[in-house]
Amino acid sequence: MIHAEGLTKVYQMGESEVRALDGASFTIEKGEMVAIMGPSGSGKSTLMSIIGCLDVPSSGQYSLDGVSVESLDESGLAEVRGRKIGFVFQQFNLLARTSALDNVMLPLTYAGVSGREREKRARAALERVGLGERTHHAPNELSGGQQQRVAIARAIVNEPTILLADEPTGALDSKTGVEIMDLFQRLHRENGQTVILVMHDAHVARHTERIIRLSDGRIVSDESNPNPIQAGAPRNDD
Amino acid sequence: MLFSENIRIALRALRANKMRSVLTILGIVIGVATVVALLAIGNGATASITSSIQSGGSNLLTISPGRQQQMGPMAGQSRQISHMYYSDYQLLERGLKTNITAIVPVYQSSYTIKFGDESFNANIVGVMEAHKDVRSFTVAEGRFVSDGDNKSQALVAVLGDTVAHDLFGDLSPLGKTLSINGIKFQVVGVLESKGASLGSPDDNVFVPIETGYKKLFGETALYNNKKTVNNILISVDDTNAMDTVSAQATYLLRRAHELKPSEEADFNVMSQADTLSTLNSVTQTLTIFLGAIAGISLLVGGIGIMNIMLVSVTERTKEIGLRKAVGATRNQILTQFLIETVTLSVLGGIIGILLGVGIALAFSVSGLINSVITADAILMAFFFALAIGVFFGLYPAMRAASLHPMVALRYE
Ligand SMILES: Nc1ncnc2c1ncn2[C@@H]1O[C@H](COP(=O)(O)OP(=O)(O)OP(=O)(O)O)[C@@H](O)[C@H]1O
Ligand SMILES: [Mg+2]
Repeated sequence: MIHAEGLTKVYQMGESEVRALDGASFTIEKGEMVAIMGPSGSGKSTLMSIIGCLDVPSSGQYSLDGVSVESLDESGLAEVRGRKIGFVFQQFNLLARTSALDNVMLPLTYAGVSGREREKRARAALERVGLGERTHHAPNELSGGQQQRVAIARAIVNEPTILLADEPTGALDSKTGVEIMDLFQRLHRENGQTVILVMHDAHVARHTERIIRLSDGRIVSDESNPNPIQAGAPRNDD
Repeated sequence: MLFSENIRIALRALRANKMRSVLTILGIVIGVATVVALLAIGNGATASITSSIQSGGSNLLTISPGRQQQMGPMAGQSRQISHMYYSDYQLLERGLKTNITAIVPVYQSSYTIKFGDESFNANIVGVMEAHKDVRSFTVAEGRFVSDGDNKSQALVAVLGDTVAHDLFGDLSPLGKTLSINGIKFQVVGVLESKGASLGSPDDNVFVPIETGYKKLFGETALYNNKKTVNNILISVDDTNAMDTVSAQATYLLRRAHELKPSEEADFNVMSQADTLSTLNSVTQTLTIFLGAIAGISLLVGGIGIMNIMLVSVTERTKEIGLRKAVGATRNQILTQFLIETVTLSVLGGIIGILLGVGIALAFSVSGLINSVITADAILMAFFFALAIGVFFGLYPAMRAASLHPMVALRYE
């Protein structure tokens, strides 16, 4: 369970302050699939980085499964990042000149999983995202959609309880975008993972069960979507 | 995370920038190679000098005039401020009784020697029969100077190996007549070579000392109308008695020279041990000096590594951010970068050791100096390289480890 109370993030830019987040409060239950929407610069990535324990809020409370994040030290945060959270970045952030397999194995390396087991699990993760045959390609030898899949495989390889993705379909054409959404829906359905996605496109966002809208760092709406579009099903709504 | 894992990551990072890695470790390579080669060559030189001194016999006392040093960098410049006389030899011969194998005087001077068309300067040494045993010479052909030669002031000469070859070529010198300073001497013996060791007889011509005083050395060997000697050699039968004999000789000579207790002696009694310790202090100074130079080059190499690692940390800010984002702890990042630096420096160390050993072997093969490569020197060089890696890697690694994951990820 994710609980946030009055999250504020202030960036100091020389003289002026940027309030990237301005008092956001919400609760996301375990196993929910949520979309975060909002115009560019509204604080979506900032919020994700706080949820993902990559950053700490300037003020406000944030707790993960009942544990307040402020109480954690550096290595405690690293452990949460490594074990509980899978993060798919807006710019993929794959290691260059490093094979897909090695990229996916990275979180396992830091989690102390042994060599053979690591490779087995990384292969399985790549299999799940449909990249079973491309394990030895470096990022520059893969298409955008394939890179996105590697990034997703890396995020799920540790079997995290929370999967975060910042605009996972933003850089992809609509067909590939739908395939990626199908992948997230399956992960959500089959593993019961909490999935939080930043979405630009209102249509794509309707693949989730709940949509939170941000504007200027504030939550302006938070509504459920009782009938999410199933990406795997034949499309009949457009 | 496993140690081998870290090494693997480090090696991959280094391979990604091969040229840069090579240039980075060059400083360490040169520094370590210098240390290893210098130590090997220094050890070799010391060993060969030591063995040549010891081959003269560890039971030998050499008495020379003045406070003249036998060894050391100033040897050539030291002024001979006093004389020793043949009478000093006679005094010791009479006065020293116990633990003595032999006492012999030596007078030597340089003269032109000539045979046929061949002519050059050689060191002519006036000796007694016992000289051969005192200096452990071996006769290759014929015989050494005898007591009979001295008694009869015979015009006979014994040649060192090099002199024999230079003067007679392939001819057997035995029975031939050569001229020393225009005086004819008959060759009665040739000595076996002792190589290029200290006090080697190879370049010398030995004549009976009495013959020398009477017919060759002339006025130059006299001072105040007394026959002078260059050295008096005392062969002691028991190395434990060296100090006692040395003290007795000193006592006798001081009394004969009428020195007051406060006066410094005008002669010098040196044992092989003294000579060795003088030599050792010289080589030690030299080693420290060369070591300092090598140390500086290692230091410069270390700074080079640190510089490159700082650049590398900056370049890989995004990578570090990502590693932290997927769960790497501060310590894991610190270890990774530290191991990367240490891998660089140890790699440099290993290449440096190989290069240094190669240089040392090249010296041996070329016959310049028989270098001695010791495990100590190699281990020392290795651990020094390792220490440099740790020392100079710590700061860049700490910089990397303290990067904030989000700031690092957003870094362009
Ligand atoms: N490190 C930073 N320093 C200063 N300002 C920042 C920093 N990171 C974000 N901001 C500012 O905070 C605000 C929110 O940024 P954020 O990246 O969260 O927006 P976003 O909603 O993800 O936008 P987009 O849809 O374009 O990705 C922006 O105005 C941005 O300029
Ligand atoms: Mg964003």
